Amino acid sequence: MSLLEINGLKKSFVTPDGAPHLVVDVPAFSLEARSQLALRGESGSGKTTLLNLISGILAPDAGSIRLNGADMAALGERERDRLRATSIGYIFQTFNLLQGWSALENVLLGMTFGHGADPGFAESLLRRVALGEKLRHRPPQLSTGQQQRVAVARALANRPKLVLADEPTGNLDAANARDALQLIRDICHESGAALLLVSHDRDVLAQFEQVAELATLNRAA
Amino acid sequence: MTILHIVLRSLRQHALSTGITAASIALAGGLVLAVWTVKDQARAAFTQMQSGFDAVLGARGAQLQLTLNAIFHLEASPGNLAWIDYLQIKTNPAVAVALPISVGDNYQGWRLVGTLTNFFTEVEYAHGRKYRVAQGGPFLAGHMEAVVGSFAARKLGLKVGDTFHPYHGLIFDEKQQHAETYVVTGILEPSNTPADRVIWIPLEGIQNMKGHDAKAAADISAVLVKLRAAAAGRQLDLLYNKQGTRLTFAWPVAAVMAQLFDKIAWFDRVLELVAVLVALVATGSVLASIYNSMNERRRDIAILRALGAPARTIFCSVVLESAAIALIGMTVAFVVYAGVVAGVAAVMRAQTGVVLEPLAWHPVLVLAPVAMIGFSALAGVVPAVKAYRTPVADNLVPMS
Repeated sequence: MSLLEINGLKKSFVTPDGAPHLVVDVPAFSLEARSQLALRGESGSGKTTLLNLISGILAPDAGSIRLNGADMAALGERERDRLRATSIGYIFQTFNLLQGWSALENVLLGMTFGHGADPGFAESLLRRVALGEKLRHRPPQLSTGQQQRVAVARALANRPKLVLADEPTGNLDAANARDALQLIRDICHESGAALLLVSHDRDVLAQFEQVAELATLNRAA
Repeated sequence: MTILHIVLRSLRQHALSTGITAASIALAGGLVLAVWTVKDQARAAFTQMQSGFDAVLGARGAQLQLTLNAIFHLEASPGNLAWIDYLQIKTNPAVAVALPISVGDNYQGWRLVGTLTNFFTEVEYAHGRKYRVAQGGPFLAGHMEAVVGSFAARKLGLKVGDTFHPYHGLIFDEKQQHAETYVVTGILEPSNTPADRVIWIPLEGIQNMKGHDAKAAADISAVLVKLRAAAAGRQLDLLYNKQGTRLTFAWPVAAVMAQLFDKIAWFDRVLELVAVLVALVATGSVLASIYNSMNERRRDIAILRALGAPARTIFCSVVLESAAIALIGMTVAFVVYAGVVAGVAAVMRAQTGVVLEPLAWHPVLVLAPVAMIGFSALAGVVPAVKAYRTPVADNLVPMS
């Protein structure tokens, strides 16, 4: 059984003129445990919506999303929150760190709603991303690359089975982007988490052995 | 990492609005605490004050005026009564102590009260506590000597051996100076009663002061009465108030003073209403403060939700934050309260000699904080619902 199995997934939004607009239409998709897959997709191709559906942030209109056997689409909001907190790590393009919280607190937040806060593990993650000396620094006191590394550490904080990454290097320069991506891949590999990354950046996609076209996967793209 | 941690971080992140809102809660809470305690303590202080006397005998008039004049040394005397009236009540078997007093002069606005020396030897203002002369000694009857109440002595800067000229009337008028020179022979020990703000002189001093009506030289202003048994007051009440028409027997002093507070009870209600309205406005400011900051909080809420925080956790954290702001405010409110009550107590003591106890227990000291925190938490429900409904995906920009 695959870690992630999607069947007949559909999601529409209502446009300002009241008409439904189909954004995601994925007949079938699967991802194996511990695998790393990059999805190529341009802006507006429904990349973020697909990841939000997989993470349970959005509820689908139709279809199923089975994560480790549990159908995310059939769960209520509270159960989806719980599953996301315990099984999924999410790396955003804009990092989405809480600005008033320290690096350590941001990472601790990544585990609080799942298996509970473990300061020792949070510190070890930050040391792993070379931020052992910046535990008490808040995001505004960190460089963009350092903020990205905090976001990576946070995504791994709940010991997830699946890490979703949405244009994770979109805000970094080429050198930092390369380093950050390698770090994400390494750290997912070390922790045994599968990685599903979406990007339109050729350099990013070039680093992956498995790359799929979102346009092929998503009939609404 | 708990909801409490999220709340504390949010309070820190919005420190300015938290501080301003907490300050408004502190002022409103301090006002509520002060209004309730001061009005109740003032009533208790005036109606339960231990002066050592149960009743006052005076000229025909209002019992309240007589009591205010003779016990609290406020108000003008309703008139004089004859020496024989004092002798009659003094020999009544129901009376334990009868002390004649005369008023009509002042020194720089501080009232002179003429009385007998047994004021210092027979009168117990509290169980086992007499009006004791702390420095110097009591005046001698018939001499131009004075014993100054502790508060008056401090304010006037008088000490044993000092001399002064009294002024005619109860209100200070520098043109009304008497020629007589009085010597301070003693300073009273503080008793926390109106006696502290009076200058005590021999009874004959007031009666024989030059310029006073010679025909009324033997008259007195009132007789302070200590009964052997409380129930004996009924007999004297019947004698002077029901059967007699010439004199007034103000008894019991506590009930007479309660009349004053009953008369101004409407004002208490107004004060309470104003305080409650201010408190409600302050709790409303908690709602406004958090609600107005919801736009800037949306992204943080969306991040927390994306990390798996249940919507109810977000809801609870906003309600708890509202309660926490009120908790901070009400903690500071006790400082405001202490300041207001200390100020009121100082003014009241200066004006009446009655002493409030700022640290005395009052149920409002618990009820007001509980109510303010409760109402603030309730006010927090409105922004909490908004936070609960925050669309996560829409606020995790950018979308691609």
